[in-house]
Amino acid sequence: MKVTENDVTYVADLANLELTDSERQRMAKDLNSILDYIDMLNELDTSNVEPFAEVASKFAGNQSSGSERFAYAMRADKVLPGLPHEAAMQNAPDTDGTYFKVPKVIEK
Amino acid sequence: MNIERMTIETAREQVARKQTTATALAESFYKRIEAEDSRIGAYLALSRERAFAKASEIDRLVADGAPLPALAGVPVGIKDVLMTKDIVTTAGSKILKNFKAPYDCTAVARLERAGAVILGKLNCDEFAMGSSNENSGYHPVHNPHDLTRVPGGSSGGSAASVAAGMAVATLGSDTGGSIRQPAAFCGVVGLMPTYGRVSRYGLIAFASSLDHIGPFTHTVKDAAIMLGVIAGRDPLDSTSADVPVPDYVAEVGRPVKGMKIGVPDEYFAEGLDSEVRAAVEKSIDDLRAAGCEIVRITLPSTKYAIPTYYIVATAEASSNLARFDGVRYAYRAEGAATLSEMYRRSRDEGFGAEVKRRILLGTYALSAGYYDAYYLKAQRVRTLLAREFETAFAQVDAILTPTTPTPAFKLGEKTNNPLEMYLNDIFTVTADLVGIPGISVPCGKTRAGLPIGVQLLGKHFDEGTLFRVASAVEHAAS
Repeated sequence: MKVTENDVTYVADLANLELTDSERQRMAKDLNSILDYIDMLNELDTSNVEPFAEVASKFAGNQSSGSERFAYAMRADKVLPGLPHEAAMQNAPDTDGTYFKVPKVIEK
Repeated sequence: MNIERMTIETAREQVARKQTTATALAESFYKRIEAEDSRIGAYLALSRERAFAKASEIDRLVADGAPLPALAGVPVGIKDVLMTKDIVTTAGSKILKNFKAPYDCTAVARLERAGAVILGKLNCDEFAMGSSNENSGYHPVHNPHDLTRVPGGSSGGSAASVAAGMAVATLGSDTGGSIRQPAAFCGVVGLMPTYGRVSRYGLIAFASSLDHIGPFTHTVKDAAIMLGVIAGRDPLDSTSADVPVPDYVAEVGRPVKGMKIGVPDEYFAEGLDSEVRAAVEKSIDDLRAAGCEIVRITLPSTKYAIPTYYIVATAEASSNLARFDGVRYAYRAEGAATLSEMYRRSRDEGFGAEVKRRILLGTYALSAGYYDAYYLKAQRVRTLLAREFETAFAQVDAILTPTTPTPAFKLGEKTNNPLEMYLNDIFTVTADLVGIPGISVPCGKTRAGLPIGVQLLGKHFDEGTLFRVASAVEHAAS
């Protein structure tokens, strides 16, 4: 058993999930079976292998070097119209018309 | 008018030659959706107002004798992970039940600019996490070839709607096989372009280093037309590559004589269904007959792709899905006394079981003390996988494999065992990890009438070769 129900509770807490008792049991069981399978990766010696970075880096401006290669990803420093306030608020669960409203932030 | 297997070319021609109107065509498709979709469940929402507005715009162009764009009047459907302005966009999740997208996904906007008529939004696994469409927060999709079977996933609605003639073409997304696997299960063409080929602006993110947008169509030529419309640099997505978009349609039907096609041993090992094997071997024979050189190759790390994927994808998902906190949009649990309680309860009540499972696995893999053992290890293995493909592509022009180990399985057959479900993607998932393009083409049926797909994998940004070889496979299979 790699993952106990306590571990699930700890990780759920990090992920802002609560989970019911039965969910915690089920998740511990599932995570263990998936992680056992993932252990297969330890068969491979990767001590001299660089971690994968990004697919497109191979194709980004081959002539230049370093971060220059990604120059195409930068846009001009120019102000453009953004999402209008009204559009940004249209899906708000709770709002006073200007801001998003949330329950009390400071506990106790 | 027979719309069941209508291609993009036919639809556009009929509109252009005034054999029908874009409006009448859209009406026919809505009628078919009304008649068929209660059995299949492909659509989550219909966008009639937007569709008919576009259709009448096209009809005015025809009446004026104006030049018509590439997809003029072509009825299409959109996977619900792609944002459509002012139309409910749920990603198949209850947490986004009433979410109206504030802007359009670039791929959707490009289709519409090219004259496509957007019929509606298509069902999928919640946040594109699944291989059977059974993880939809709304309802499952049934395979049009056998309603007791799954259409595949996560783009199940996108595949099933084309297969059932409820759209001429659709868009889906592929993170671990979610375009190619359902295309194989439903007997249609499904293309995952190279990473960076198509802008992801407006795609609800699952795993950002793996997510791709691509088309479902009846034919290889239609897939080439669709990619030509949606591909190319987008200033709104910094990961979209600045690589020229060639004429993909010109590659369709070009002779394949002298091309080298790699066939990897590892994809024909134990566990491959005998009817799938026979159909795929028939495609290999067809290509040989057309003058291709078939080269046996080896991709020894293939079996490590699924474990690698379930670390990388879940780690990225745990981060991407942190934004669903009930503050600015999406579901908010009622009556929480504190902010923290609101976050937790909103996510607890809004997410389904598979999404929670993946968030937990990803959070675990990234958490203190485990990062090196899991995430970093997986990223190193990913480099090994990429190297093996580089070696292979030094020898061959394209690689041919089965798309899936089996034909479509029964609804409910694999829902109790997540690992067994994950293993369904064993032949598709590596291309996502390596960023190369892949296409699934129908290559036959089982005795029971279930479609079988053959997959072609190509070099980065070499979709042209895929279209060329895929059209030869398609020609021989039809």
